[in-house]
Amino acid sequence: MEPTNVHDPEYYHKVVDCQYACPAHTPVPEYIRLIAAEKYTEAYMVNWESNVFPGVLGRTCDRPCEPACRRGRVDEEPVAICRLKRVAADNKGDITHLLPKIPTKGNGKRIALIGAGPASLTVARDLAPLGYEIHVFDEQIKGGGMMRSQIPSFRLPETVLDEEVNNILNLGIHQHFKTYVSSLKSVLDDGYDAVFIGTGAPRGRDLSNLPGRAEGAANIHIGIEWLASVAFEHTKKIGKKVIVLGGGNTAMDCCRTSRRLGGEEVKVVVRSPFSEMRASPWEKEDAMHEDIPILDNHVPISFVSENGQLKGMTFEKVHAVYDEKGKRSLVPTGEPHVFIEADDVLVAIGQENYFPWIERDLGIEFDKWEMPNVNSTTFQSTNEKVFFGGDAALGPKNVITAVAQGHSAAVSIDLYCQGKPLDVRPDPFTNLVSQKMGIHEWSYDSIVADDDRFVVPQAAKAVTLSDRKKEVELGFDKLVGFKEAERCLNCDVQTVFTENRCIECDACMDICPTDCITFTVNGTEEDLRTRLKAPSLHLNQDLLVSNTLAATGRVMVKDEDVCLHCGLCAERCPTSAWDMQKFFYNTTKAHHGCSH
Amino acid sequence: MTYVRPTFRHPDLPKNKIDFTKKDYEGALSTLCAGCGHDSISGAIIQACFELAIEPHRIAKLSGIGCSSKTPAYFLGNSHGFNSVHGRMPSVATGAYLANRDLVYFGVSGDGDSASIGMGQFVHAIRRNLNMVYLVMNNGCYGLTKGQDSATADNGSKSKAGSTNMFNAIDLVGLGLELGATFVARSFSGDKAQLIPLIKAAIKHPGFALIDVISPCVTFNNNVGSTKSYDYVREHIDATSTVDFVPIMEEITANYEDSKEITLHDGSALQLQKLHQGWNPEDRLSAMTALQNAKEKGEILTGLVYIEPNTNALHDVLQTTKTPLNTLKEDLLCPGIDALEALNESLR
Repeated sequence: MEPTNVHDPEYYHKVVDCQYACPAHTPVPEYIRLIAAEKYTEAYMVNWESNVFPGVLGRTCDRPCEPACRRGRVDEEPVAICRLKRVAADNKGDITHLLPKIPTKGNGKRIALIGAGPASLTVARDLAPLGYEIHVFDEQIKGGGMMRSQIPSFRLPETVLDEEVNNILNLGIHQHFKTYVSSLKSVLDDGYDAVFIGTGAPRGRDLSNLPGRAEGAANIHIGIEWLASVAFEHTKKIGKKVIVLGGGNTAMDCCRTSRRLGGEEVKVVVRSPFSEMRASPWEKEDAMHEDIPILDNHVPISFVSENGQLKGMTFEKVHAVYDEKGKRSLVPTGEPHVFIEADDVLVAIGQENYFPWIERDLGIEFDKWEMPNVNSTTFQSTNEKVFFGGDAALGPKNVITAVAQGHSAAVSIDLYCQGKPLDVRPDPFTNLVSQKMGIHEWSYDSIVADDDRFVVPQAAKAVTLSDRKKEVELGFDKLVGFKEAERCLNCDVQTVFTENRCIECDACMDICPTDCITFTVNGTEEDLRTRLKAPSLHLNQDLLVSNTLAATGRVMVKDEDVCLHCGLCAERCPTSAWDMQKFFYNTTKAHHGCSH
Repeated sequence: MTYVRPTFRHPDLPKNKIDFTKKDYEGALSTLCAGCGHDSISGAIIQACFELAIEPHRIAKLSGIGCSSKTPAYFLGNSHGFNSVHGRMPSVATGAYLANRDLVYFGVSGDGDSASIGMGQFVHAIRRNLNMVYLVMNNGCYGLTKGQDSATADNGSKSKAGSTNMFNAIDLVGLGLELGATFVARSFSGDKAQLIPLIKAAIKHPGFALIDVISPCVTFNNNVGSTKSYDYVREHIDATSTVDFVPIMEEITANYEDSKEITLHDGSALQLQKLHQGWNPEDRLSAMTALQNAKEKGEILTGLVYIEPNTNALHDVLQTTKTPLNTLKEDLLCPGIDALEALNESLR
């Protein structure tokens, strides 16, 4: 193999599994160390700089970081990264003086943001400190978008959301709430220098063609619309028997909300097998904890009404069969159809984009699925003035993806307004600094804690089920937060190897607790992976390969897979050929006025 | 102080025949200097015992005093250990071996422990052909007392402080050959590919197995001018052959012209390739010649030097009981009046 190019910032970035997996590339180990040091405000600001809504995401994030966490490959469970973020948010001090200052004199450019959800607010946060005049439009009475309308208060208290939304709106953003934009043309005609569309995926899928749909209509609701109606307090109760259709996180929110609005026998009914449901495992657990059974392998057949009153639904039982390519089909088991009683049915089987308000003669191309053609790097549409982000851009994902796309779109808008090419993206900010303090001293806590993952305490079910707004999760307290933070392996503290210092004494290879390091003759990657000290099974994890070593002509090969970043290789290295160096990676953002 | 070894290991560590992973053969974390050759030898011992699938409680580690003799704390943490007086490890080994011939005896010594203070003990252990591995971690200096030249330091070798050694070195391999050791090898701590199979063969050897391992002292004897530094050894190393240990029942794969296969006492084998010209590992004279030739050329000869695969160890010579003393029961130890009478009668 060729020697690894560690000067490419993406190499070390990829070693930090959590940060690499995060769409916004939040420097996770950095803020976890700050939490362990009780520097909650600083930890919060590292998050705020990167993901804009730490308090919201510390409760509701889809956490792509956690399945990626290296700890999950050596221990039973990954670090509770998401809930540590909440620890920072819960315990932070006053941050107003740390927020970016808005220049008194603007740069003369006006930007319109359609929709006030996470993507738009991110664009606002990134561009306002640069002197842009930002106008945000939303049909609701407050900002937050789906974070307000679709995430129930028992998961995300309104105060937390309001605080983080207002931190952005207070950056001199011109607010146009209760304003439904019905024509993009009219916005463009207003002479904005650029328009950002972050209108989400507002239309919930229905089962329009299922028999009995029309007759039962009064008691059949679209999941996300119903959740919004509850959030804005138009809907305050539901029948005692409720069926929730669907297996995603919206279905989990619907069933749990139903339990709080009078639903006594709430059931989730889903077509797919339990293990293949889209909902996050912890959301399924929370639903079941609230006495909500999940019936899998049930395909809806019809709505059943009597005298115009919905009585329930019939389902066909199926089982999953997979062909040799792994493609799934649901095959009926042949058992008789199942009837389940219901006073109300909530349909939470997905949501989609909907752009009736965008005229089709504005130069914005749409594909056959009525989705705009958006560049997935610049987020520019085929009308150079119009940018998309969040669920509106590339289809429904999650809040953290919307934030990441908002950052990228803001960079593009900034470049566009300066007349610069959009495809030349500014580099990320990176830094690599030795952590050595003494012979056995590092400036990070290199000892690997043995603790199992700590469980987040919850409020008593009797309390939470009787009050829709009572937050279920109590969050880690400071002490448990510290202990959980100590489980972090500090993967951003990189093992940096300098071959011309190596005397090939084998000390690093012998000491490494997880057998990551091998000195051997070079070969192809495929061949090398068979000759390492320990099995090299995760091919998506890189090998760090040195130049040829002078004394023996061998190379040093380090499998990054299960490196604990304990620093023992560097402690046992007599010549400092190994060093532990902290790698900081901050994705490109448009704004510069932020402190971190 | 952050010098703590994590408890996590590689999740897919291979297991040996008795279902142990390498972790089961580890010891405590080393307190020797970073980069010490001795740690690399400890790593080789761990690997060899893991690969041979020896039950850890069937091994006894024995040592004297010195940096080398500290190492048994750093490997085979689940085995028996005896850290004896300086240079007196062979006495303890003799006693232990006589009491229980069923254990694997692994003696670890250093150049001071064997070639100076313990020389008298060392030579007699060879002479008696104890069934043990006697591994010398040889760095040519007294590391624990700040690096003075030891008796194995080469004439002309320069110390870190700049002084040149004026005395001839004791060559433990030459001495072993002379005294009739039945397994003699030399290796280098920086060459695990050679050292691990040699350790495995030494464990399997039914008599006294001497391995002299050059093990650079990074702190006091790794300087320019030293003949025991990593660089010097690598530049002057010459191997008698490559060494592969082939366990019992495993087929020998390669067979080249300049190769030799030696079947060991228990049926396992040593596969030697790229043999030195004129050298026959089973011929003591050719081994001595090869050693002298290398010395004249200024080369350090490593690898297997001499082996006598079927040898009579001390128990065989003395014809002592095959049963470990701790399992000899009263009926055997105290056979009764008739046996005594018979014995007395035979002496009249």
